[in-house]
Amino acid sequence: MLFIEQALNGLQFGLMLFLLAAGLTLVFGVMDMINLAHGSLYMVGAFLAAWLVQQTGSFVWGVLGAIVLTALFGMLLEATLLRTLYARDHLSQVLATFALILILNDGVKMLFGTDLPLSAPAALDGPVELLPGLMYPAYRLLILGVGLALALLMYVLVSHTRLGAWVRAGASNRAMTEMMGVDVKRLFTVVFGIGAGLCAVAGALLGPLLAVQVGMGENILILAFVVIVIGGIGSIRGALVGAVLVGGIDTLGRTLLQQLLREFLSPQWASAAGPAMASIAVYVFMAAVLALRPQGLFPARG
Amino acid sequence: MADAVPSLDGAWVGTGRTAKAVTGLLAVAALACPWLLTALDMGYYITLASKVLVFGIAATSLNLVLGYGGLVSFGHAVFVGLGAYTTGVLITEGVHNGALHLAATLLVSGLAALVIGAISLRTRGVYFIMITLAFAQMLFYLANSIKGYGGDEGLNIKTRSLIGFGLDLKDTTTFYYLALAVLALALLALHRFVPSRLGRAFVAMRDDDVRAEALGLPTFALRLVVFVVAGMVGGVAGFLTVNQQGYVSPNLLHWTQSGTLMVMVILGGVGTLWGGVLGAAALLLLQEGLAARTQHWEFWTGWVLLAVVLFARHGLVGMLQGAWARLRGGA
Repeated sequence: MLFIEQALNGLQFGLMLFLLAAGLTLVFGVMDMINLAHGSLYMVGAFLAAWLVQQTGSFVWGVLGAIVLTALFGMLLEATLLRTLYARDHLSQVLATFALILILNDGVKMLFGTDLPLSAPAALDGPVELLPGLMYPAYRLLILGVGLALALLMYVLVSHTRLGAWVRAGASNRAMTEMMGVDVKRLFTVVFGIGAGLCAVAGALLGPLLAVQVGMGENILILAFVVIVIGGIGSIRGALVGAVLVGGIDTLGRTLLQQLLREFLSPQWASAAGPAMASIAVYVFMAAVLALRPQGLFPARG
Repeated sequence: MADAVPSLDGAWVGTGRTAKAVTGLLAVAALACPWLLTALDMGYYITLASKVLVFGIAATSLNLVLGYGGLVSFGHAVFVGLGAYTTGVLITEGVHNGALHLAATLLVSGLAALVIGAISLRTRGVYFIMITLAFAQMLFYLANSIKGYGGDEGLNIKTRSLIGFGLDLKDTTTFYYLALAVLALALLALHRFVPSRLGRAFVAMRDDDVRAEALGLPTFALRLVVFVVAGMVGGVAGFLTVNQQGYVSPNLLHWTQSGTLMVMVILGGVGTLWGGVLGAAALLLLQEGLAARTQHWEFWTGWVLLAVVLFARHGLVGMLQGAWARLRGGA
C-alpha cells in the first residue's frame, strides 16, 4: 500500500516537473538558450496564485488568474529581454538570467514579502479511498488529474496542431524552419508564454504542499534541467518521460532508501541520509543516461 | 563554445611599461590596505577586503577553466566547499596543523577534480555544463546528509588552522595578508602559465579543438591536468573561507554559489588575468554598498549585472581596456 501511495506521489511530482520542463526544453532546444530564470516564473506563478486566492477567496479563480498573469509576464519578459539573448553565447545568457533571478526574487519580496500562505481548497481537504484500504489525499489526486490532462493537452498541441509542427520543425532545424517562412521569433513569444503559464500551474498546485516562498524556484530549476537533459533537449515527449522518471526516483528513493538504511544505521542518520541519497540517485541516473545516450532518450535534433 | 570567449589574453597585463606600473600600483595598494583602513578607522572593512581576496582566488581558478579553456564548468563551488569541509572536519577531529590541512585540502579537491574531470571532459557544450552541475549537486546533497559533521546546519569550528610563526588566523590583518599572498601566487602562476608551451596549447584547444587535435596535442589529458589544478586552487580558497568564517555549511556547495563565481568571472572579464579578481571585487563591493543603503540590494545588483550583459560585452577588463585605448588615442 505504501508503495502504491509513494508511486502515485512520484507520478504527481513528475507531472509537475514536466510542466516546468516543457517550456524550458523548448527554449533550450530551439533557441539554444540557457534560461536560469525559468524557476523564477514558477515562483512568480505561486505568489500570484497565493495572492489572488487571498483576494478573491476562490482557489480556482486565483489559480486561473495566476496562470494568465504569469503567461503574460513571461511573454513580456521574452519580448523585451530574453529575445536579445538568443544570439549571445551561453555565458552571457547565464549572467543575464542569473541577474533576473536576483531581480525577480527581490521584486517578489518587495511586493508580497518573503512568503505567502496558500492552502488547498477546503472541499479537497480529506482523503479519498482509492482501493479498499488505500486512502489518498483528494488534493493530490487533483494535481495528478490536472497534470495528466495538461500532459495530454501538450501532446495534442505539439503533435497535432500547426503551432506544434512549427515548434517541432524549429527544434529540429531552426534555420531551415525560418527559410520555410515560419516567424520563429514571434512563435517563440507565444511558446514562452505557454511555458510560463505551465510554470504557474506547477507553482500554484505545489504551493499548498511545499511552501510559497522566495527562492522556491532555485532547487526545482536544476531538477527541471536534469529532466530535459535526460529526455533530450528540445523534446516534449522526452521531457514527459524524463520528468516521470526523475519524479519517481526522487520520491520512491526517499522512502525506500530511508527504510533500507534503517536496517543498518541509526534512525536519525537514516532519516537524513535517505532523502540525500535519493537526490543523489537522480544525478547518477542523469550521468548514466548521458554516458549511454549523450543526446538524451528522445533526441529532438536531426 | 569557443565563440563564447573574447580573445583578450595578455593585452591588459604582462607586457609593456603601463601594465607593469598598474600591477605595481595595485600591489602597493593591496599591501597598504589594512594599514590604511585602520588609519581611517574603518578596520571593519579589512574583513570585506579579505573576502574579496578569497573570492578572487576562487574566481581566478574558475577563470582558468572557463576563460582560458572555454570549458563552462557549472560546479566550481564544489571544490571550494570540499576544501572548506576537509579543513573543518580535520579541526573538528582535533587536527590543528595548518600545513596538514592544506595538504589534505589539495589532495581531496584534486582527487575530486580528477574524477569529475575524467568523466565530464568527455562531453562538450551544454552537456559539459549539465554534468559538472550534476556532480556539484551530488556533493551538495552528500554534505547535507552527513549528520556527524553538522548535516544541513553546517559545521562550526572553534579554532583556526595553526600556520606557525606565532601567527593567529583569527586576527583579521594576519588573515588578510595570508589571503593576499595566496592570491598573488595564483595570479603569478596564471600569468606565467598562459604564455608557456602548456598554456598556449591549452588556449589553442579552446580556439580550435579539431586543429589542436590534428597537431597532435593530447587534448583530453591537457584539459584534465588544468581542470585538476583549478580544482585544487578552488580547494585552497575553501581552506581560507572556513578559516575566515569559522563555519562551513552545505550552502557553500550550492549551485547558486557556482553561479556566483561564474558571474564574477563574466563580470570581470572571461579569459583575462585580472578578470576573476576584478569581478569578485566589483560584485562584493557593489553588494556591500547597496546593502548599506537598501535592504533590496539583490534587486539593484541584478539590474547592474543586466546592464553589464547588455552594454559591456567583454566585462570590466574589456571596459577598462577600451577606456585606456581611447585615452591614449585621444592624447
